[in-house]
Amino acid sequence: MWDWGTFLHYIFSPYLLTGAAISLGISMAAMAVGLVLGLIAALMRMSPLWWVRQPASLYVWLFRGTPVLVQLIIIYTGLPQIGISLGVVASALVGLGVNEGAYLAEIIRAGINSVPKGQFEAARAVGMTWSKTMRVVIFPQAFRIILPPLGNAFNGLMKTSSLASAISMEELLRRTELLVQVKFKVLELFCVAALYYLVLTTLWGFIQSWLEARASRSVTSRPLTPSVATKPINIDNAVLSHDAS
Amino acid sequence: MTHLEQVSPPPVRPIVIEARGIHKSFGPLHVLDNVDLVVRRGEVVVIIGPSGSGKSTFLRTLNFLDAPDRGQVSINGSLLGSTMRDGKAVPLSDAKLSTQRRQIGMVFQQFNLFGHMNALDNVRCGPVHVLGRQPDKAAEDARRLLALVGLSDKETTYPAALSGGQQQRVAIARALAMEPAAMLFDEPTSALDPEMVDEVLNVMLDLAAKGMTMVIVTHEIRFAYRAADRIVFMENGRIVEEGCPASMKDSPKHERTRRFLKQINHGDMRS
Repeated sequence: MWDWGTFLHYIFSPYLLTGAAISLGISMAAMAVGLVLGLIAALMRMSPLWWVRQPASLYVWLFRGTPVLVQLIIIYTGLPQIGISLGVVASALVGLGVNEGAYLAEIIRAGINSVPKGQFEAARAVGMTWSKTMRVVIFPQAFRIILPPLGNAFNGLMKTSSLASAISMEELLRRTELLVQVKFKVLELFCVAALYYLVLTTLWGFIQSWLEARASRSVTSRPLTPSVATKPINIDNAVLSHDAS
Repeated sequence: MTHLEQVSPPPVRPIVIEARGIHKSFGPLHVLDNVDLVVRRGEVVVIIGPSGSGKSTFLRTLNFLDAPDRGQVSINGSLLGSTMRDGKAVPLSDAKLSTQRRQIGMVFQQFNLFGHMNALDNVRCGPVHVLGRQPDKAAEDARRLLALVGLSDKETTYPAALSGGQQQRVAIARALAMEPAAMLFDEPTSALDPEMVDEVLNVMLDLAAKGMTMVIVTHEIRFAYRAADRIVFMENGRIVEEGCPASMKDSPKHERTRRFLKQINHGDMRS
């Protein structure tokens, strides 16, 4: 029997709402970790030096090639065996963040590569250092291209964060499970959890659209003043006519 | 005004760009084979030659966008990209090389305006981010330069909304904003629709008349005859011949130069 009363009651349960907030929090923190690692790995993979490229490639290969659930369990229950003991939250943050970084590295690298090489050369010719070229010219343009896949990655991460329940992190899913063990309202409670995830991803969808619209605005914007045809500065056409090549 | 009438500038003028024994290979391809060039202040040097002759690559070695494999480039007497230590050339750090590059402006075939900045920001970008100028002060200077290239009404326009000729003129203003000692032009009109070529060449003539030191790679032979103090003919990675426009036009010494100029003049006849 489906019990509407239970469902509606737990929709506003502070216990589960807090769980949702924790899920959102760990997702944001893991995304931040992933962005930093992803950026570093992306830049390393673009290096001309093989010994810089290789470790980054290894990282991406390893963490994209194994399930994040297995990674989380190894970090939380396996690493203590060799003396590395991380708490629940730290394990979740490391596991989700490091895994996310491997995916973001590919997204960021593709974004940087999509900026025409001429932009890089023009910045260098103006006298910018490599790092300034990246900051002032390349990243802002790459960001526009990266934004949609980045948004999708965060959407995915909010859902993937539920795997942290497997290492007993008290986020939304874990709290729901704990509640189910007491209240025995399996369907209603898990539906509440599902609804929370849906609200989180939906709200993020709105934010993402807004961000993307904002990012593309600058480039597509038309001149503020009506375009006036520039009159050709004629000097001597007989002398200055151009050849066909 | 002055140097347009002169056949060649007097030797007392200081040397701005000095390239000695430049070699460059891309894999098995020997693109530049021992190229020398000296450019004095206020001089306009036009490099011509068939496609694949290495002229663009040579231009790019002059500001180390492509570092030469062998040979040296000096700007205003100081060695570019490396420093002598115990008689050996040691490569300079990225920061030091970048500082040296400020002295040379470059204009590209494909304009390469920064796509996420409007015309004004493109022009003041260098002064603000490289020279550390105040954005407001840099905007004033940038407006002056946009006026110089005839684009005062386009300061808030993004590159995507500018024609090729307008983009190239903004690119020239962007290079000028760094107040360079010399300007390099890499086929600045080759990517333009024919009707936009003159607007860019006129800006360049204007610069030449103002005494800017320029090295120009182009196929616009008539522009070369008119604007150049010296024309350099390159083929197969070497300088075959160089001389003042009059002598290159009327009495080129080498058969290959003659053939090339004849060919290129044919192109003019057709258009």
